[in-house]
Amino acid sequence: MKYLDEYRDEELAQKLIKEIARIVTKPWVIMEVCGGQTHSIVKYGLDRMLPPEIELVHGPGCPVCVTSLEMIDKAHAIASREDVIFCSFGDMLRVPGSHSDLLVLKSRGADIRVVYSPIDCLKIAKANPGKKVVFFAIGFETTAPANAMSVWLAKQQGITNFSVLVSHVLVPPAMAAILQSPQNRVQAFLGPGHVCTVMGYNEYFPLASTFKVPIVITGFEPMDLLHGVLMTVKQLEEGRAEVENQYSRVVNEAGNRTAMDLVYKVFEVSDRKWRGIGSIPQSGYKLKSEFKDYDAELIFNVDKIDTQESSVCISGLVLQGVKKPQQCSAFGKQCTPEHPLGATMVSGEGACAAYYTYGRFLEKIEMAVPE
Amino acid sequence: MVQKIIMEIKEINSSIDYATLLGSCPLPITNYKEVTLAHGSGGKLTHRLIEQMILPQFKNEFLSPLHDGALLNINNTKLAFSTDSYVVNPIFFPGGNIGELAVNGTVNDLSMCGAKPMYLSAGFIIEEGFAMEDFWRVILSMQNAAKKACVLFVTGDTKVVDRGKGDQIYINTSGIGIIPDDVNIKTANVKAGDKIIINGTIADHGIAIMSVRENLEFETEIRSDTAALNGLVETILNASKDVHMLRDATRGGVTSVMTEIAESAKLGVYLEETKIPIREEVKGACEILGLDPLYVANEGKMIVIVPPGICDTVLQAMQSHPLGKNAAVIGEVVNQHAGMVMMKTAIGGSRVVDMLSGEQLPRIC
Repeated sequence: MKYLDEYRDEELAQKLIKEIARIVTKPWVIMEVCGGQTHSIVKYGLDRMLPPEIELVHGPGCPVCVTSLEMIDKAHAIASREDVIFCSFGDMLRVPGSHSDLLVLKSRGADIRVVYSPIDCLKIAKANPGKKVVFFAIGFETTAPANAMSVWLAKQQGITNFSVLVSHVLVPPAMAAILQSPQNRVQAFLGPGHVCTVMGYNEYFPLASTFKVPIVITGFEPMDLLHGVLMTVKQLEEGRAEVENQYSRVVNEAGNRTAMDLVYKVFEVSDRKWRGIGSIPQSGYKLKSEFKDYDAELIFNVDKIDTQESSVCISGLVLQGVKKPQQCSAFGKQCTPEHPLGATMVSGEGACAAYYTYGRFLEKIEMAVPE
Repeated sequence: MVQKIIMEIKEINSSIDYATLLGSCPLPITNYKEVTLAHGSGGKLTHRLIEQMILPQFKNEFLSPLHDGALLNINNTKLAFSTDSYVVNPIFFPGGNIGELAVNGTVNDLSMCGAKPMYLSAGFIIEEGFAMEDFWRVILSMQNAAKKACVLFVTGDTKVVDRGKGDQIYINTSGIGIIPDDVNIKTANVKAGDKIIINGTIADHGIAIMSVRENLEFETEIRSDTAALNGLVETILNASKDVHMLRDATRGGVTSVMTEIAESAKLGVYLEETKIPIREEVKGACEILGLDPLYVANEGKMIVIVPPGICDTVLQAMQSHPLGKNAAVIGEVVNQHAGMVMMKTAIGGSRVVDMLSGEQLPRIC
């Protein structure tokens, strides 16, 4: 397939890997920020093709993984109401809350629907005037424009039975939190390609200079990732700490102005709690006060939530790149995609689920290659 | 003969201690208090549901191999017997409809046993208010599919349920086929070194359904691959009777079939990602939807496992048939990583290909 197969080419991959091996002289720990990147790396077996000096650790960029338990429990409380049609992105459905998940609530009769775009919720709202349609607006900067658009359009069109439960998170504050942690091992980042498609990469210059870390904005195909690793290793070996753009076919420095304007019309920056990591100041979006009529948290008043997190799950440490999924005592035992204890085991973008699905256990299984 | 079979059935039934089963364990322990949609996905939860709730209660030598159909022997005639239910939404989709699917599905299950499908039954559960015109379309296409597959409907049943208690129409079909004496298709035949062949492009059916459900429009229409495979199976068996295994890759996609074979044969499966045929537009749709085509359903695709010596002969025979013209060797059975499917990825890396627990969930971004 054109514009895709070129980025999945075995010969080119070998060339890039050879070049990385040629320039690397010592061990480096590089974090890929996005869950989509993690998924691609494990799916193509990329990390195991790299020279042993390079360790890839998996970052917090899996939106369903970092959505706080309180928020998920609130979503479950709202979704369980008889007067509600609850709409969500697909991979949120199996994320465990304190007591249940959306799939189980659906089997008990809750009206829960998977949508590809939040704009679809407006159609559902118009078709069901007697119901309150709620969209679970989660995600990083990538999903913010479409989520903002749904609220913006609802106001324009005077749709009153639509609201959003907002749990938006932002990448740069999370990267700063990881770098400031005493446990931090990360020496460089493969930056978030899709987030920067929307936001540009101006915000990353202060991070690179303050913390002296190279940041290479990187795409999601195997060649993008290998190229990103090569650019990062080059900086590390040369002692540079700059922001570079590997994903230049999509990302530009200034970002998508139209999308950003819409986001700032509807949302404002706020503190946000991250699952497994805790509260990070100024790390999320909330609805601006002029859109409070669309705020599901205010409409449904679901404040008294008693959360219960699994005591063995170490997803917070996995999300910060401190631990690998197999280092958790529950991995592949009590915790599997059929019965996840933490969100990193649910989404395809979660490091634990990617490791489990693609057979990454403690012992490496060698593939037999017939002649 | 009849007496003998009745005695056998009595013996098997009496060997199952129902009192113990019911008394000591009123409900097998599962992680779920209710059945969820994920239990119907064809992945791990479906298997667990069958293994925990159903199999132990009906255990017998005909059921245990868990093939696409049961292999029976009556009066020295080898029979295949199979059943399947169809609940697809929407009922009309590009390339077919629920009626055609219901005929082809059971025909294919019988064919995968090496049988020549003969007689089918049809059970209709119809929702009150279902348009008579739509029912007529379904019936006509069943008639047409049966004619094409050369099978007869010999018995049937209709039930109507209250509006809202069903989704327009559900169809169950069961079928009987005769297995030629010299045909012997079963998992136990599968050996290390065997070649794995597929008869064409993957994921067409699942993506055709999804594109209607999600209102996705592509430049070229993606059509379901629903087809009766009995003709192709006949071509294959005419080329060589030494075929080891046949399985149609329906719900759960190629992954579910390959994992099931690896597990039950206690051998490893090696696949090569770049060898697996897939249409450009289907690949594109999978990228947009965030789905892995290896898990997406097919309705006219089969996996053929053959000893290396006859691989070329079988492949050529398949390619000469309209339903096998894109047939390709996609991998091999190996002694290593027993019970597990591993794949050489497009860029030369390796990964495990495992069944999903439930439905493939579209990713956020």
